[in-house]
Amino acid sequence: MAKGKHRPDNEINAGSMADIAFLLLIFFLTVTKIDTEKGIKVKLPPWSEEEPPDVDVTDRNAFVVLVNSRDELLVEGERTDITQLKNKAKRFIANFGKDPNLSTSPQAAVISFKGNRGTSYDMYIQVYNELRAAYNELRNELAEEKFGKPVSEFTEADSLKFEYVKEFYPYRISEAEPTNF
Amino acid sequence: MIGSKFKKKQGNTTPGINTSSLPDIIFILLFFFMVATVLRETSLKVKNSLPQATEIEKLEDKSLVKYIYIGPPQDMYVKQYGTDDRIQLNDAIASIGDIGLFIESERAALRPDKRSYMKISLKVDKRSKLGIVTDVKQELRKADALLITYASIKREEVY
Repeated sequence: MAKGKHRPDNEINAGSMADIAFLLLIFFLTVTKIDTEKGIKVKLPPWSEEEPPDVDVTDRNAFVVLVNSRDELLVEGERTDITQLKNKAKRFIANFGKDPNLSTSPQAAVISFKGNRGTSYDMYIQVYNELRAAYNELRNELAEEKFGKPVSEFTEADSLKFEYVKEFYPYRISEAEPTNF
Repeated sequence: MIGSKFKKKQGNTTPGINTSSLPDIIFILLFFFMVATVLRETSLKVKNSLPQATEIEKLEDKSLVKYIYIGPPQDMYVKQYGTDDRIQLNDAIASIGDIGLFIESERAALRPDKRSYMKISLKVDKRSKLGIVTDVKQELRKADALLITYASIKREEVY
């Protein structure tokens, strides 16, 4: 309908382009999922035939965490609420030999975590998460004190500092085979 | 004079909205979704609502991550598989004994120099029991697949 003098009407009709793009969009919406790949990283101990030695409960360097099939938590022989677990673990790890009932050094301290086959996975993760949080908070405190920034702000250039922090507070969470009663 | 000239051209019909830029907008949306999402490889046969945690890290290299799903079968599969926790490898419900073979075949599919970096993501429903998870972990240890993650959702508040 252009009333111009010599303009031929030769534009490509792009109206259906939107429809094609919509189809593609809907296809991708249905066959893909939004990326949520996150989790607690764990390194399992290598397989060995013999049973690992039982943790000596009376040893001051062992911090015994037990969970039963009703998701109740027992820490060092005391019934404990999960909200207290992190602070107890931190006190145990960073004792440096002061309290005679707690660990001698963070490198020697071992957290022994034993569940039950009937424990819910959710409870297991919550407990494991709290133990990890205890270590991570201690690492952050050390990093703040020594290097003036938390571990999360370390860059590639700080790998030596990270090694230092990791060596100072190594993750030592040992998992025993869950009991079966 | 100019005003009257302008009025003449206007006419009575309402002009349509120009939609020529609509495809561009849709294409931008499309590209966003293509980049921000990953292809869904498996259809889940087990329920999978993940637990929440605070100490979580991101998994870096997707091609090195293999998944093991554990949970009670979804409602449509209850007749077939019961209500107890089940393991799903790829698309099928599997038993504990299949894990070793699964790990071997997944490892063989990777480039030789990357094989030792293979990671296993355990996507376990939070209502599952610890027993079956432990059995799976023992099988993973036997198969020498030691780098695992417990897939979880970020929880903001801390105890």
